[in-house]
Amino acid sequence: MSKRWELTVDGHCENLATIADFVTEAAQAWGLNEKATFEVQMAVDEACTNIIEHGYRGERRGKITLCCECADDDFVVTIRDNGQPFDPEAIPPPDLTCRLAERPCGGLGLYFMRQLMDEVRFHFDAEGNELTMIKKIS
Amino acid sequence: MKIKVEQLEQVTIVIPIGDIDALTASEVAAFLDSQLKEGGNQLVADLSQVGYMSSAGLRALLATLKEARHQKGDFRLAAVQANVQQVLDMSGFSGIFQVFPTVEAAAASFGD
Repeated sequence: MSKRWELTVDGHCENLATIADFVTEAAQAWGLNEKATFEVQMAVDEACTNIIEHGYRGERRGKITLCCECADDDFVVTIRDNGQPFDPEAIPPPDLTCRLAERPCGGLGLYFMRQLMDEVRFHFDAEGNELTMIKKIS
Repeated sequence: MKIKVEQLEQVTIVIPIGDIDALTASEVAAFLDSQLKEGGNQLVADLSQVGYMSSAGLRALLATLKEARHQKGDFRLAAVQANVQQVLDMSGFSGIFQVFPTVEAAAASFGD
């Protein structure tokens, strides 16, 4: 059995709450527990914040389309946008042990996505950007 | 978002109410910064009514902590909910911030 939910919103921060509600509803409908639902919602929030702040440079330049799908033991979130592409491998993981004065105030979003989800994959081409994140249900 | 503030002797208690995400984090950061400028350098965030905090919220907390320490004071956290505690742990912020179970304990810690 599989099921699919889709949402398209303008890429600005006022829509983060709508996105969070959408993902939470889909995750709960598929039976994810409270912890897994929180982790998926946060990973999606971080991903969409990155799209808005970096991909679209905060200028409301485009849309974000989210799709939640469930198949077997996977809860799959796909996020599409047309913002500036980037190289995720070029972003180093944050140093979580450095002293306060040296600790940068940013750079945690991608790290959180990778911590919270079982798989995080980016694909960039002429059609736009696609991020796929998978949470194993079992 | 709604942010309340209370004074407990020399300690300023800031009480944000609601989620702290990329939309609301700048408002929280500006409020905390104004308290440091106006209310002294001993600051506590009562997070009992914050059910969600993203990395944008962490940025606001970290900037406030740096400024408070720069002013020879401190910024401490209290009454952190489970989801937010998970985010603090994941980011390594648990090792940077002093976190207390209650606001009263956080405020009293400035006298230690």
